[in-house]
Amino acid sequence: MNAKLEQIKAEAMEQIKNSDALDKLNEVRVNILGKKGALTAVLKSMKDVAPEDRPKVGQLVNETRAEIEKVLEEAIRKMEAMKREAQLKAEVIDVTLPAKKNNVGHRHPNTIAMEEVERIFIGMGYEVVEGPEIETDYYNFEALNIPADHPAKDEQDTFYINGDILLRTQTSGTQVHVMEEGKLPIRMIAPGRVFRSDEVDATHSPSFHQIEGLVIDKKITFADLKGTLAEFARELFGEETKVKFRPHHFNFTEPSAEMDVSCFKCGGTGCRFCKGSGWIEILGCGMVHPNVLRMSNIDPEKYTGFAFGIGLERIALLKYEIDDMRLLYENDIRFLRQF
Amino acid sequence: MNTALSWIKAYVPDLEAGDQEYTDAMTLSGTKVETFERLDKNLDKIIVGQILSIEKHPDADKLIVCQVDLGKEKLQIVTGAPNVKVGDKVPVVIDGGKVAGGHDGGPLPEKGITIKNGKLRGVESFGMMCSIEELGSSRDYYPEAPEDGIYIFEDEAEVGADAIEALGLRDTVFEYEVTSNRVDCYSVLGIAREAAATFNKPFHAPVVEVKENGEKVEDYISVEVIDRDLCSRYCARVCTNIKIGPSPKWMQRRLAASGIRPINNLVDITNYVMEEYGQPMHAFDLDTIAGKKIIVKRAKDGEEFQTLDGQIRKLDSEMLMICDGEKEIGIAGIMGGENSKITDEVKTVLFEAATFNGANIRKSAKRLGLRTDASGKFEKGLDPRNAEAAINRACQLIQELGCGEVVSGIVDVCEPLKELTRIKFDQERINNLLGTDIDRETMMDIFGRLELSYDEAANELIIPSFRQDLEGIADIAEEVARFYGYDKIPMTLPSGEATTGKLPFKLRLEEKARDIAEFCGFSQGMCYSFESPKVYDKLTLSEDDPLRNAITIANPLGEDFSIMRTISLNGILTSLATNYNRRNKDVRLYELGNIYLPKSLPLTELPEERMQLTLGFYGDGDFFTMKGVIEEYFDAIGLNKKVTYDPNAGKVFLHPGRQANILYEGVVLGYLGEVHPAVLDNYDLGTKAYVAVLDMPAVEPFATFSRKYEGIAKYPAVTRDISMVVPKKILAGQIEAVFDQRGGKLLESYALFDIYEGAQIKPGFKSMAYSLAFRAKDRTLEEQDVTATMKKILNGLEGMGIELRQ
Repeated sequence: MNAKLEQIKAEAMEQIKNSDALDKLNEVRVNILGKKGALTAVLKSMKDVAPEDRPKVGQLVNETRAEIEKVLEEAIRKMEAMKREAQLKAEVIDVTLPAKKNNVGHRHPNTIAMEEVERIFIGMGYEVVEGPEIETDYYNFEALNIPADHPAKDEQDTFYINGDILLRTQTSGTQVHVMEEGKLPIRMIAPGRVFRSDEVDATHSPSFHQIEGLVIDKKITFADLKGTLAEFARELFGEETKVKFRPHHFNFTEPSAEMDVSCFKCGGTGCRFCKGSGWIEILGCGMVHPNVLRMSNIDPEKYTGFAFGIGLERIALLKYEIDDMRLLYENDIRFLRQF
Repeated sequence: MNTALSWIKAYVPDLEAGDQEYTDAMTLSGTKVETFERLDKNLDKIIVGQILSIEKHPDADKLIVCQVDLGKEKLQIVTGAPNVKVGDKVPVVIDGGKVAGGHDGGPLPEKGITIKNGKLRGVESFGMMCSIEELGSSRDYYPEAPEDGIYIFEDEAEVGADAIEALGLRDTVFEYEVTSNRVDCYSVLGIAREAAATFNKPFHAPVVEVKENGEKVEDYISVEVIDRDLCSRYCARVCTNIKIGPSPKWMQRRLAASGIRPINNLVDITNYVMEEYGQPMHAFDLDTIAGKKIIVKRAKDGEEFQTLDGQIRKLDSEMLMICDGEKEIGIAGIMGGENSKITDEVKTVLFEAATFNGANIRKSAKRLGLRTDASGKFEKGLDPRNAEAAINRACQLIQELGCGEVVSGIVDVCEPLKELTRIKFDQERINNLLGTDIDRETMMDIFGRLELSYDEAANELIIPSFRQDLEGIADIAEEVARFYGYDKIPMTLPSGEATTGKLPFKLRLEEKARDIAEFCGFSQGMCYSFESPKVYDKLTLSEDDPLRNAITIANPLGEDFSIMRTISLNGILTSLATNYNRRNKDVRLYELGNIYLPKSLPLTELPEERMQLTLGFYGDGDFFTMKGVIEEYFDAIGLNKKVTYDPNAGKVFLHPGRQANILYEGVVLGYLGEVHPAVLDNYDLGTKAYVAVLDMPAVEPFATFSRKYEGIAKYPAVTRDISMVVPKKILAGQIEAVFDQRGGKLLESYALFDIYEGAQIKPGFKSMAYSLAFRAKDRTLEEQDVTATMKKILNGLEGMGIELRQ
C-alpha cells in the first residue's frame, strides 16, 4: 500500500514537473486527485484494507494528497506568474507616443495677474469691488481733488461722452463710491478697465486695466502703507523682493509716493528689463488727501487712510516678458496658449 | 527739464556729489532724475593748442601739415580742415585720447573714437584738431563754430589748457521729471533749492540789482489790464540803446545744455531768465507799439492774427490778447505777433513779465493748436511774485552784458497779492500720519532748509509764495517725510478692526465662467469696449435695430473706436477671423466684458453696463458642442432645472435654422447659434463658426453656489424604451416637455438614444427613441407602478401626432 502511494506520488511529481502549461497542471490534478484519479482510487480500495489499518492508511493517503496538492499549487502559482509576465511583456507600449489631451483653454495673462493680485489682497482682508467704466466727471476727477480746469485732467487724455460723462481714466473713482457708502473701516481693491486716448502701439493702449486699493481706518499711517505694499510685492514677485518708495505727486493723496521693486528678472544687479537700474517702477500710492476724505463725508481729523493704484498690464508685460502690448488684444491663440 | 549741474552749482556752491549720488539723492527727495549725461564722457586728452606754422603736404593737395604748440610740447599734426591759419587756438586731441564723434556730425558711437599717432599720406601726425561735431556737439549750441572745419577758440584761451574745460564740456546734464504740483521746479532756481535742501547746503539766490539810466518808464509806456480775471499781474520795463550781438559763452553753454539754441544776447537773456526763474517773458520792439500803450483784453470771436512764426491764427473771445493803442500785438502767454517782433535793428525793447490765468492759457493753446515753451509754463499757474523778480533779473542782465540801458522804474499792474499761506504746525499729527517719531528739532531743520518760516507765537508755518503746492498739514507731512527720508519711515501693517476679504458673488460667477470655458477648451480673449459703427453693418443689423443706439465718444481716436459697444459679438468674431487668417486650427475663444446700453440718447445719466460672457469657435465641434458649454456652466453655478431653447431667437446675424434663445424658468439668459454665412463673409471667416452669448446680469439671480446632498439611490430603476415615428416639425424639446409634464415623481430621467431620418421612414417624419428611467426612493418599483405613468406619457405623445412603434 505504502509503495503504491509512493509510486502515485512520484508519478504526480514527475507529471507536474513535465507540465508546461496551466491546463496540463489541471490535467495532473484530475488524473491524480480527481474523482477518477489515482489517489481517489486508492481511497476507494479502502474496503480491501483491514478495518484496524484503515485509519492509518487513510492518514497516509491524506498526507500524500496534501503533499501533491502543495506542490501542484506551487506549480500553478509559478505558471500563473509566468503567464502574467508574458502578457505584460506583450502589452508594452511606446510611452513616447503623443498624449491625448483635453485641450483645456487658457486664461488671459492680464487675468492671471489680476487674480494673483486679488488673491494676495483678499488674504489680507480686502474686499474686491467694482465701479462703472462710464463715469461722471465728479467721481473720476472732482471727488479725487482734481477740480475743473486742473491741468491733471489734460495729462490723462480723457475720452469724453459729453461735458459731464466720460470713460473713466482711473479706477480711483471706485474709492469714492465705497467711501460714500459710509461703512468704516474700509479695506478694498477695485480692479477694472480704464481708458485713455493713447494711440495703439507696442507700449500704449487706449484701454487697459488698473487695480485700485484703499484702506481707511483710525490711525492708518504712511508706515502701514509701506508695510502693506512691501508685503504685497514679496507675495507677487518673491520673498527676496525689496521695495523703494520715492516721493511723487497725485492729487488725491498726500504724501504721495511711487514704489519701485528690486528687478525680479536680475534680482537688482541691472538688466534690460530694469534698464540697468536694478529697480522697476510698479505702482503709485499715498495717504488719502484730507480733501478727498472730506468730500466723501469722512472726517480727516478722525480717520486717515492710504490708497494705491497698480497698472495690471505693466505687471503682466513685465512678469511674462511680453514685448508688445498689442498682443494682449489680438487674441491670437498661439499667444494665449502660452499662459 | 534738462539742466547742467554747473548751473545748479552756481546757486549751491558747496554742493559736491558724484553724478549717480546726486541722481539717487534727488530722486529720493522727490525731484526725480530721469537720466543724466556727462558731456565729456567720450572726450579725453584734448588740449588747447596754437598753430605755429602751416605747410603744404608734399603728396596731397587737400592736406596741410601744422606745427602746433601745446604748451608742454610741440607736435606735428596733419589736417584736411580748410579753415585754420597760423596763430589760431584749436582743440587738439593727442595720442591715446578720445573724441565723441566723426567730423560729419553723424550719430555718435557709443564709446567714442580713440585717436592714435599715425601717418597721413606718408607724413607723421601726432594727434588731431577737432571740429565741434567731433566734440559731440553742434553749431546749434556753439554758433561761433565754423560750418565746416576746426573749432577755433577766442584769443583769451590759454595754450596747453584743458580744451574740454575751456569749452564748458566738463559738465553733466540732468533730466528731471518734475511733478505737476511743483510749478516752482520748472526752473533752475527751483531745482537748485531742492538740491540745497537735499544735501543740506546753503542756497544762494541771484543778487538782483538793476542799474537804471534815470529816464522814466512812464514816459515810454503805460499798461491797462481790462480782463483782470485772466491777468493778475502785468509788469513792464523798457530798455534802450539795444545793441544786438552774441551773448557771453557761459550763457550760451547753459542754454545749450538745457536744449535751447543760443540766438543773440536779447533772445538769450529772455530764455535764460525763463529757465532760471520759470517765468516766461516777452520782448516787444517798442517802436512798433502804437500809442505807447499796452492793453490786455480778450479777443473778439472770429478775428485773425499773425503770430511771429508767420502763421495766421483764428481767435475767439476767450483768448487773451496783448494790444497796443491800435491793434493786437501778441497772444497773451502763447506767442507774440509778427507786427511787433524783435529784429536785429531794434533800438528800444519793452519787456513783459505777466501772470496769466493758467487754465485759460492751457485751453487757448489747445484751441489754437499752439503749445509753446511759454504757454507750457503759464498753464501750470505761476506765482505773481515771480514776475517782478524775473523782469528785474532780465534788465540786470541787459545792462551787465552790455546789451543796452535800463530805463528807471517798472510799470506794474497787479491785483492785490495773496497773503502768504499759514499752516498750523502740529508735530504729533505729522508723526501720526507718517507712523514715525520724528522730533521737533528735525522738523524745524527741514522747514528751515525749505525756506518755510515758523511763527512761534501763532505756532504757524509761513509758506513762501513759490510753494503754491503747500496748503495743509498733509503737505507739510510730505515735506517732513521727503527730507527725513521715505526710506527711514518704518514698515508696519495696519492695526485696528479685522476685516474679511471677499470676492463678491458677481465676480465669483465670472471666475466660474472662466473655469468652465477653459475646461471646455476656450481661451480667454480681451476686446475693446469701443468699436466702429460699421460693426452693425457687418453684423447685418437692420437700420432701425435698437442695438444701433450706441453711446458716441466725443473725442475718439478715430471712427474705428468711436462708439461704446452694445453687443459683444464683434470682438470675438474679429478675433476668430484674425486666427483663421493666420491659419490657426480649431480655435475656441471666450471673452468677459461689458456692453453699454444707454437709457436715452444723448446720454443724460450713466448707461447700463452689462457683463457678457461671449463664446466663439470654429473647427472641431458644432451647435451642440456650444450648447454643452452653456449647460456645463449652468451646472457649475447651480442652475439645476431644465434649460430650454427657443429656436425663434430672431438673430439676423445667426443661421436662421441654427439659433436659439437660452431660457431658464422662462427668462432669456442669452442665445447661441451658428454664425450666418453673410456675416462670416463680412468678417473674412472662411469656415463655419459658432457663438454663444450669456447676459450675466440675467443669469445672476438664478445662480447659487450652495448645494444640498440628496442621497444616492438605494433601489433599482425600471427602464422603458419608447420608439416613435415623429412628424419632422416636432422638436425634441416638445417631446421632452410631455415627459416632464406627465412623468410624475417616479420619472427620474430620460435620454434620447436614437434619431434617424431616411429611407425606412416615411417622408415628413423622423424616427426617435428615448430611454426612460423610473425610480422610487423608498422601494423597488414593480412593473405595475410605471404602467399608469407610461400610459399617460404615451397618450400625450399620440395626441401630438406621434406614432409609437412596437
